[in-house]
Amino acid sequence: MNHWLVLPIVLPAMLAPFIVLAMRHDLVLQRVFSIAGSFALLGISIGLMMQAASGPPQVYQLGNWVAPFGIVLVLDRLSALMVLLTSLLAVIVALYATGSNWDARGRHFHALFQFQLMGINGAFLTGDIFNLFVFFEVLLIASYGLMLHGGGAARMKAGVQYVVINLAGSTLFLIAVGTIYGVTGTLNMADLAMKVPLVPAGDQALLRVGALLLLVVFAVKAALVPIHFWLPGTYTNAPAPVAALFAVMTKVGAYSILRVYTLIFGGAAGDDAWLAADWLLPAALVTLVVGGVGLLGAKALTRLVCFSVIGSMGTLMTAIALFTPAATVAALFYLIHSTFATAALFLLADQITERRGSTGDRLVTAPRFAQSGLLAGMFFLAAIGMAGMPPLTGFLGKLMVLDSAREADSMVTIWIVILVSSLVAIVGFGRAGSMLFWKSASIPGQEEPQSSARPVLPIVAAGAMLAGMVALTVFAGPVIGYLEVTAAELYDPVDYIRTVLGPDVLAAR
Amino acid sequence: MTLAWIVLLPFVGALLPGLLIRAGRNACAVTTGAVTLLALTLLLTQAPAIFAGEVIQARWEWLPSLGLNVTFFLDGLGFFFAGLILAIGLLIIIYARYYLSKDDPMGQFYSYLLLFQGAMVGIVLSDNVLLLLVFWELTSLSSFLLIGYWKHLPEGRQGARMALAVTGMGGLSMIAGMLILGDVVGSYDLTVILQHSAEIQASPWYLPALLLILGGCFTKSAQFPFHFWLPHAMAAPTPVSAYLHSATMVKAGIFLMARMWPVLAGTDAWFYIVSTTGLTTMVIAAWIALFKDDLKGLLAYSTVSHLGLITMLFGFGTPMAAIAGVFHIVNHATFKCALFMTAGIVDHEAGTRDIKRLGGLAVLMPITATIATLAGFSMAGLPLLNGFLSKEMMLEEAVHTTWAGNAWILPALATLGALFSVAYSFRYVFRVFFGDQRDDYPQHPHDPPAGMYLPPALLVVLVVAIGLLPALVAGPLVTVVSGAVVGGPLPEFHLAIWHGVTPALGMSALAVIGGALLLWSHAAANKFRLAMPRPEAKTMFDATVNGLAAASNVAIDGLHNGSLRRYLAFFVATTLVVGATAFYSGEHVMGTRLPTPAALVPIIGWMVLVGACFAIVIFHRHRLLTLVVVGVIGLIVSIAFIYLSAPDLALTQISVEVVTVILLLLALNFMPKETPRESSPTRRLRDAVLAGSSGLGVGMLIYLIMSRDFTSISEFHLAESKPGGGGTNVVNVILVDFRGFDTFGEIIVLGIAALAIFALLDGALRGPAAKRLSSWVPDLDRAKDRHPLMMVVATRVMLPLSLVVGVYIFLRGHNDPGGGFIAGLVVAIAFLMQYMASGFGWAERRMKIDYHAMIAWGVIIAGITGAGAWLAGRPFLTSDYGYVKLPFLDKFELATAMGFDLGVFLTVVGSVMLALASLSRMARRTEAPVSSEPMDFRPTPVDPEQVTEERS
Amino acid sequence: MEILIASGVGFMTASGVYLLLRGRTFPVIVGLALLSYAINLFLFATGRLVINQPPVISDNAAGYTDPLPQALVLTAIVISFGMTALIVALALRAYLEVGSDAVDTDESGTSENSGQAGSGGNAA
Repeated sequence: MNHWLVLPIVLPAMLAPFIVLAMRHDLVLQRVFSIAGSFALLGISIGLMMQAASGPPQVYQLGNWVAPFGIVLVLDRLSALMVLLTSLLAVIVALYATGSNWDARGRHFHALFQFQLMGINGAFLTGDIFNLFVFFEVLLIASYGLMLHGGGAARMKAGVQYVVINLAGSTLFLIAVGTIYGVTGTLNMADLAMKVPLVPAGDQALLRVGALLLLVVFAVKAALVPIHFWLPGTYTNAPAPVAALFAVMTKVGAYSILRVYTLIFGGAAGDDAWLAADWLLPAALVTLVVGGVGLLGAKALTRLVCFSVIGSMGTLMTAIALFTPAATVAALFYLIHSTFATAALFLLADQITERRGSTGDRLVTAPRFAQSGLLAGMFFLAAIGMAGMPPLTGFLGKLMVLDSAREADSMVTIWIVILVSSLVAIVGFGRAGSMLFWKSASIPGQEEPQSSARPVLPIVAAGAMLAGMVALTVFAGPVIGYLEVTAAELYDPVDYIRTVLGPDVLAAR
Repeated sequence: MTLAWIVLLPFVGALLPGLLIRAGRNACAVTTGAVTLLALTLLLTQAPAIFAGEVIQARWEWLPSLGLNVTFFLDGLGFFFAGLILAIGLLIIIYARYYLSKDDPMGQFYSYLLLFQGAMVGIVLSDNVLLLLVFWELTSLSSFLLIGYWKHLPEGRQGARMALAVTGMGGLSMIAGMLILGDVVGSYDLTVILQHSAEIQASPWYLPALLLILGGCFTKSAQFPFHFWLPHAMAAPTPVSAYLHSATMVKAGIFLMARMWPVLAGTDAWFYIVSTTGLTTMVIAAWIALFKDDLKGLLAYSTVSHLGLITMLFGFGTPMAAIAGVFHIVNHATFKCALFMTAGIVDHEAGTRDIKRLGGLAVLMPITATIATLAGFSMAGLPLLNGFLSKEMMLEEAVHTTWAGNAWILPALATLGALFSVAYSFRYVFRVFFGDQRDDYPQHPHDPPAGMYLPPALLVVLVVAIGLLPALVAGPLVTVVSGAVVGGPLPEFHLAIWHGVTPALGMSALAVIGGALLLWSHAAANKFRLAMPRPEAKTMFDATVNGLAAASNVAIDGLHNGSLRRYLAFFVATTLVVGATAFYSGEHVMGTRLPTPAALVPIIGWMVLVGACFAIVIFHRHRLLTLVVVGVIGLIVSIAFIYLSAPDLALTQISVEVVTVILLLLALNFMPKETPRESSPTRRLRDAVLAGSSGLGVGMLIYLIMSRDFTSISEFHLAESKPGGGGTNVVNVILVDFRGFDTFGEIIVLGIAALAIFALLDGALRGPAAKRLSSWVPDLDRAKDRHPLMMVVATRVMLPLSLVVGVYIFLRGHNDPGGGFIAGLVVAIAFLMQYMASGFGWAERRMKIDYHAMIAWGVIIAGITGAGAWLAGRPFLTSDYGYVKLPFLDKFELATAMGFDLGVFLTVVGSVMLALASLSRMARRTEAPVSSEPMDFRPTPVDPEQVTEERS
Repeated sequence: MEILIASGVGFMTASGVYLLLRGRTFPVIVGLALLSYAINLFLFATGRLVINQPPVISDNAAGYTDPLPQALVLTAIVISFGMTALIVALALRAYLEVGSDAVDTDESGTSENSGQAGSGGNAA
């Protein structure tokens, strides 16, 4: 059994208490270990990615109990990809939090950060639906701690809303899982994939209730309208590095939907095949619209970014909702892109806000600020990416989504919504940018004597995200190659099920 | 490879100016020029092959799966445009070196310029339409940067945004068009697409594709009604206007129409859409240009008008017209670019571009005047200049074209357009350079340095050369380019000054005379114009965008009004709708499981529960009372667990219950004791409905589940618990063994909660929160002795007892109800009692336990136990067990799972206590003096150093 | 018995949701606590009901309650306990920080940047 599989969970889970135990009062040490840990995680996940790419899915039977009776972790191309994405982001966030001194504004930042990573990785790796719930809770409670890090009245109030909404979500999660267990008598995802088609017709209604309530739970995480309300308040008030890290949190929702509704309620599920699609597509399109409206109507930079994130989730979920391999390839590519773009934008917004002093991130003219040229350039790039203008990944992603939507019945609607929302994004970002960098530049401000006085690390971290987008653009070809096999795995989960339940299990099917 | 370099060079070069500006403006300009020159030479090396009719191609894979690849091809058309872009680019770079002032950031300017140049060359050389789109949008972006170059000019910023919005929109519509086209043909390669005109024009998708693609072309080439952005783009520095907005970028749309001509042209749809748009644009823009007092405004609209002319020619769809179009592109590029440069010179030297303030400059700046006059006359279409030739051909084509069965309307309007263009050309020439000299120029005008007038001079030489010897100078080029456009055999044509007395000749004569007259009666014409309604596109555009933005703002702030109640209501409602629909969408049959009989006790318990539920809803404003009722409900639930043979749950539930209530009490200590009545009856009704239906839904759901039989994987757990897990308490074995990983996550949740609570309340000791704390006064009158004797004694006795119980519960957990978690809670509660009884200060000083460390150790021990299995080569959390006999305890087996359970135990105790200690730290802020005595009958006096010692 | 449990769960859920929709932190927290009670019972009941059977493996047992849901409920109880504790502390901090325990905020537009700009000023 390949013990590397469990490391992305165990490493941060052990590092965090160690930080609490040994270096609670020494921020420098915490930083060193936290960053080192993140790099180690990156190394591990690259290794896992290579293993996943080179062979069939792998299973890790915790407690040495065979599925479906024990809990298993499953490494396939999708989970490997998500874990890698997480650890990439982790490195950036750790560096930024250190460089910008955000981590000094409260207690236990790095411990909570490591726990957060553990939760996210666990959610991506687990093959057990209840264990997924547990990891959701881990990543959520860690995210509460991080989101509230640093205090402040506004943050506290926003925090209350974030926590309450997600607690309600967790409650619903339990109802859904309970219902599914009550009907199928199992919790293991692969086993569910086997049991669902065999569920007696009379129980189908209950099963559907369970399945779709679960969809609602995931949709909350993925910020789909009309249950997206938590996002703007949370992201605007969360510390910038945390907001950047949250870029992957919304993706946890997207991942879960993709996993559960291809593996369990996918093509083999008989009457329940693809039952998520009918709900997901309209919701996703409305989400895109709301994102666009918010982007155009926002009067503050961070809020604008928040709604651009909602919009990008709309695009992503549209692609997922099509539930075809091609569309899923597009979705996954766009997922990677939007994670980078989101993180970059939040980090830049923080840098800009900080430099504008009392004006904060409000979209009004303010005196010119330090390094405004540099930040303007970076913001321009990030905005291009987010708005889906060429040549960056946003454009490629949208192109692929449009291309894959061709066969869909609602092709025209999808095309119109996506293209128009892109135009709106262009206009919105254009207005914001020219206000922040051009109009404000005409107002003489106290130019700081030595720009090098400011820490370089935050800029580097944000730049790394942009570099990531550029790299993804250049190497789009190979990446797509990987994603195509990933999608194939998802839509023909035979190998997955065999890996988890043993080679001869599918004889029945 | 050469092709790739021609495209890449400008992009790579774009990095240089930004850096080399440190080496001075000249170095900066020279490198930029050198880069362009290099690209141009590379291009010219291909000339022989092109004129020999070859097509050069280069191909690299990028996203093969999407059909987006880096493929270039060079034929006559591409060669001509690339040459145009690079050659004029070179002149512009030289010109700009002298045009830009000292305090303009020149490095930026040249970088943007090269960026644009690269994108533009990319458009004309791309073989793949998707790649073409990439470059297409890149030109929009770089022009955005160039128009907004002078950040301080509001016109610049607005113009930039408008241009970006309009051309961006066109780009997006073109994306759709190209995707459709590619789908019809099955390939995105232009060379392939150009082979399939028949399929495309037959396909039902032809019209949508045509409209969407033309949407891109018309916006880019500023065709009516999208023409309005171009004049506002003139806020850019003149070199930019000359380069982007007259010579190259605005030609991109024309280029694409020419490129797609073989596949898209020839249908009625094409003819009526394109030629009509072109004609309208030509006439309207020319008319507007006539009355622009700003030189650049005048030239801008004249550009729009000439683009319309070319569009119309391509719209005709005949090879001959296409040839004329190509020829006019050449001519227009030469004279218009020259004119822009002269306008820039005038502005630069005379200090104004306002025609009304100019005149008689011919004497003061003769060179400029000569250049401008020649170029202007060419624009007017006077003989012996190149403008005349292509205009003749245009009129000739117009004569031969019937529009909707009407033979004269096209020629008439074409002549009118020509007439206007004569008028404004003359206005430019005569009102600026001729007439009386004046003495109120803002600056003293004189001819500029050679660097500024040589570029336009060079262009004018071309104007004259082509005008005199068209067939010799431009013939071969026009032939090869037109060949590429038509994509087939060209009709017999010869470029010559004299075609005999043709209708076209008459028409242009008419145009010249009429134009002169019109200029002569300019004032009258202007009156007439002012009398007509003049819709101002910019105001409309701004109104639209700002209106939309404002509306969105209202909408979004109305939707996201920050009301958690609304958000939750949405959440609950969504859940209900989805759940209900899901249920009714599926088949359902009632279950057949026999119902369990209900004795009296549960019925009573049920009644209490229901009563409590109603009570809590009714009395929830009285918070203390609410807590009591919550306690009751929790109690009933635990009893239910006992009754339903789940003692572990009962134990856990009840102990959690106790701790929760204590926490809530402590918190409530600092919070209002009442909830104000603030929600309106309607809202309460709404909530009641939502709540009621949720209750109904969940109740029904669980009832239906309970009413049917099922088989579960837990049979395995029951069977394997003893042999495999080494314990008879299956629940505990599942927790620490079968599903130990859940428990691992669970204790971590608890640990995180404690850390987060600590961080939260630690933060509350500073800032406004701390102020409120210190100014906090107990709002409940309390008993004099806070630590009653009885309770103190009782808890002292209880402590060791409950610790023993805890250990016992812990040890037996594997076989009987109990286990690390419950034990942890019991012990924690025992400690809690001490706090409750004797106050935080006293208890804390006696229990010197570092709860942080305790939590950390707990998690680490659990983790290490789990990882221990690795040594045996087994997976994480694999357990092993053996039997042990301890005195005073019956024989029990010691499983490695116990190490894990120990971790659970420590984490639980640590977390609960840390949470409590954090609360107590806050309490101490207010409760000073804190009792240092075990029990206080009398209020002890404040002991300052005592207090400070505690605060530390 | 099933009816009693189901209706009990229903009533607890209803009152929980109603309190959840109130405008102050305290009732909201109580509502969440009620919901967690309801869900614990719900989750437990998905294993179907069995009365007075031994909870532990023994040779003379006719049958057992489904142990798996019990284990899940235990996990759920612990987690919801941690969550409750956290939100209690959060509500307290928020109340002390803001001076009000209302859950609604003014989210619109510009007021939010206080969270960004002045962030941590009072905790750093």
